[in-house]
This record gives sequence, C-alpha cells and structure tokens, in this order.
Amino acid sequence: MKEIRFHGRGGQGAVLASVILVKAFTKEKRYSSAIPYFGFERRGAPVTAFLRFDDRPIREKTQIYSPDCVVVMDPTLKRSSEIFQGLKEGGIFVLSTRKSIKEVDVPPEVGTLGCVDAIGISLEILGSPITNSCMLGAFVATTGWVSLDSVLESIRETWSGETREKNLRAAQAGYNRTKVVRLR
Amino acid sequence: MEEMIVVDGNKAAAWGAVLSRPMMVAAYPITPQTPLVEYLSQFIADGVLDADLVEVEGEHSALSVLQGASLAGGRVFTGTSGQGLAFMFEPYIRTAPLRLPIVMVIATRDGISPQCVWGGQQDAVTVRDGGWIQIYVENNQEILDTVIMAYKIGEDPEILLPVNVCYDGFYLSHMSEAVKIPDQTLVDRFLPPYKPTHVKLDPETPMAVDPLTPGILFTQYRQGHLEAQEKAKAVIERVDEEFGHLFGRSYGGLVENYRMEDAEIALVAMGSPCGTGKVAIDRIREKGVKAGLVKVRSLRPFPRERLLDSLKGVKAIGVIDKNVCFGWGTGVLYVELSAALQSLSVPILDFIGGLGGSDITFDHFEFAMNRVLRAMKEEVTQTVHWFSLD
Repeated sequence: MKEIRFHGRGGQGAVLASVILVKAFTKEKRYSSAIPYFGFERRGAPVTAFLRFDDRPIREKTQIYSPDCVVVMDPTLKRSSEIFQGLKEGGIFVLSTRKSIKEVDVPPEVGTLGCVDAIGISLEILGSPITNSCMLGAFVATTGWVSLDSVLESIRETWSGETREKNLRAAQAGYNRTKVVRLR
Repeated sequence: MEEMIVVDGNKAAAWGAVLSRPMMVAAYPITPQTPLVEYLSQFIADGVLDADLVEVEGEHSALSVLQGASLAGGRVFTGTSGQGLAFMFEPYIRTAPLRLPIVMVIATRDGISPQCVWGGQQDAVTVRDGGWIQIYVENNQEILDTVIMAYKIGEDPEILLPVNVCYDGFYLSHMSEAVKIPDQTLVDRFLPPYKPTHVKLDPETPMAVDPLTPGILFTQYRQGHLEAQEKAKAVIERVDEEFGHLFGRSYGGLVENYRMEDAEIALVAMGSPCGTGKVAIDRIREKGVKAGLVKVRSLRPFPRERLLDSLKGVKAIGVIDKNVCFGWGTGVLYVELSAALQSLSVPILDFIGGLGGSDITFDHFEFAMNRVLRAMKEEVTQTVHWFSLD
C-alpha cells in the first residue's frame, strides 16, 4: 500500500484532487480511498487529505502519519513543519513553488523531489490560483504511480464545458513542466 | 449489471435512497451531512430520483413533513447530523411510536459544546432510546447497501419501525472510495413497494391516528413497540442474508465477527473504527496473539444473544467507544455490552476516542490490545482509558 498526504488551503482543491486521484486508481483496477481533514471551514485555512491505494481492499479509516509521498498545493505551506512529518525515508515530495528545483530546501528523508510553478500555470490557464489539476499532473510526473491518461479521464468526468478543457490543460501543463530530481 | 463508481459516504447514502425509490425527501443541510442534501437535490433535479423534494426551514419540519407523507402511505427519506438531530428531537421521538418506517441516515457528529463540527457518535447514541432501529456501518458500500436493507427491515409488517443508518461524520461522510451501485431491477425485486395498512390517512377509509391514549392502553402500545424491537433482531439477520443472496454482499446482520474463531481477546466497536481495527487485528495476529474483533452493527435492538455467543470463549475484552455515556464514566457501547455479558466473568475494558473528529490510530489500537492482554493475565483496576489522554 502507498500512502499520500495532500496539504493545501481551503479553496485550492486539495480534497477534490484526492478524489480525482481515487477515481484514476479505480480506473486502473486498484483499490483507493481518500479521507479529507477540514480544520476550520473557510477559504485559505490549511486543509489536509489522506489518500491510500493498494492492490487489496483498504479498510483503514485513519489519517496518514508516515506517508510515502507528500503533495503540497501551496508554496506558503512549506514553511509549516508539519508538512514533512513522518515522511518515509526516501519518500517523494511534490511541491508547488516558483523557485527553481535547486533553490528548494528539503529535509534529508526526501528521496525524490518534484517541483512545478502550479500557481503560475493555474493563473495562466484557469485565471485563478486553484492548483489542484496542475498538481495532479505534477504528481503523475514525479511518482509514476498512475497514468496521466487515467488522471485526465477522471478530470474529464469531474467538470464540463470550458472548465473541463482548462483543467485538462492545467493537468497536462503540470505534467510537462514538473522538474523531478532524485536526491539519493 | 452493477456499476462501480467513486463516491463519498454522503453520496453512497443518496444512492441508497435513489435505489429505494422514496416518493418524498425532506432534509435540511448541516455539517457533515450537507453534501447529502445537495446530492439528493441534484438527483431529483436530474430526474434520477422521481420524488418530491420539500425544502424545509429546519430539521423539525423535515421530519414532521415526512411523518405526514409516511402516514399518507409514502416511502420517504431524510438525513441529519448533530445539532440538526437535536432540533429534530420532538418529531424524532414521535416517529417510532407512530410506527412509521421512515429511513433517516445520521452522518454522526460530536455533541456541542465546546463548539465542534467534527465527527463522533454522540448525536446518534444520545437518541438510542427514541424507539428507532439504529445500525452503524463501516464503509461506503455498507452505507448504500444498509439504506436499502433499512427499508426492508423497517417496513416488515412484524416490525413497522423507523431506521437510522449511522455513518461516521467525515471519516465516512467525506471519505471517497469505489462502491458498486446495485442493479435497480434487483433492488426492486428485493424491496417491493411500501403498502401500509396499520396507520394510513385516507379520506376514503378514515382512521383516527394518534388520539389521546391513557394509562393501560398507552402501556400496551409501549409493550408492542418493545416487542417489535425484539422481533427486529431476527428480521435484521434475515434481510442481511437475503441481501447477500441477491447482491453477493452481506454484513453479519446484527453483529460481524472478525477472526473470532479461536480468539482469546476481543475488541468490540461500532462504525468506521472497525475498519482500522480489523487491520490492527491482522497485525497483532502476525505476532501470534489470538485476537478478534466484534463489530456491533445494531445498537437498537441491542444484539445481546449474538454478542454473548461471539464473546463467550474470550478471556478479556476491550470496547472502543467513539462516544461517552454520562453518569457511568464510560462509553455507551461499554455499558450496553456489560449488561449483555453479565453472565460471563470476563474483564471488560473501555477505550474512549475519536471524539470531536480526533483520529483513532493504529497506536491507539495497539495501546488498547496491550491493556486487554494485561487484563487477561492479571487483575487491573483501571477499566476506562481515554485515547491520547492516558
């Protein structure tokens, strides 16, 4: 089983990103579940989502304390120490940041780092800093745990019309423009 | 053909309602049930569900409206949480003695104060003596399937009682996972239309419903209601079995035993913690400890015979309570189970956790099982533990 923790802010779509990913894993005949944790219900407040996937049914109904992968949807969240809490040795870290990958400072347990300017891309394509679709592309590029096709198909089912097209483009751009570096 | 879709617990409940074909839905949004109302409204707007939607101004009206519809012979559906359930209390305690088989889900939420919008089972357990049947479930598929079963149980002519399907707020209401949507024709075969004769508002054949009822006659009604609760035990088991035959999924009826065959210690729990608990049992069994888990699905009626049967061979028991029982200093399930097992001289410990949305973790389960193992070997004085506090 792999465990993934999403950190975002209310309004950025971290929870929806986790749901889209559950749909993508389901398309690939794997078991998956996502449990969100909302703190205070307002825009901008930190939001966490906990996603698991496996080849066997998932019965756990808990938060995730030792993730295989952490996805951070908002650059300002990286200042919080909780982001890296419990990340497995050699774990994967996917970050929304304007910085170049060399400028990003991560703790020693991070094995693979993926960086993308998700805010920039989302502003450019969607006209708003909602980073979820872009970060899904970045997640696929960094982890390779699920195919981009499955994620795009799930996005296609989530929205309609112009919003759908824009989110598909944001995910594709996130996939194309993510820089990945293996740190160990 | 069963379709597989990814839904959260609220949507699983909404699908359960859709497949059961209620003629009226009335609900008022409240965290964490809110998306349920949105899903139902969407289903009705899209024509997926052919029902009247009554946009009420509060939960008191939601259930009152549905009482009227149920008295007129209709199958109806609603859901609520926490303070919404509190606001609904007056019609709530009238529904079961009126013998209206309304199905209402509760996306369980802790009681306030302090102010809290998060999960906990305090809302549902607090109304356990309102005369309804209450079934607690573990995952989204079980939510959907149990809503359908709830109508079949409640509408049974021997029972005629309303049913709460209780699913943990956020942990299930907002958890997304794949579920199978049963085939409508199979559901129709399983669940025929509701045709009440016991109470019905029909101008063609007038009937006095709920007149002032004194003393001994009133007592007879109470006695009949309690008998129906007792009879519901067999019906819950039978309906679960029938569901299993048709759809290939069954849940143990009143109680599910997990790896209890040779268990020396047992955990007993309700709702979503059972999922984590089963994995915790697998892990401790790998270390050679003979442990099992008993999932209590039905809190009302309370399955004392089944529990006695499940637990008669164990040497120590730990109860996981996601709620408290004021006046006993324990959780509710602990009190209920202790009453059921009074003929056994086995130590029972209680573990209270998961209040106010707090997590029940593997560390908590390990803590609980270590305490239960100790209680099996030696006499312990502390019977109640609070996760994360002790």
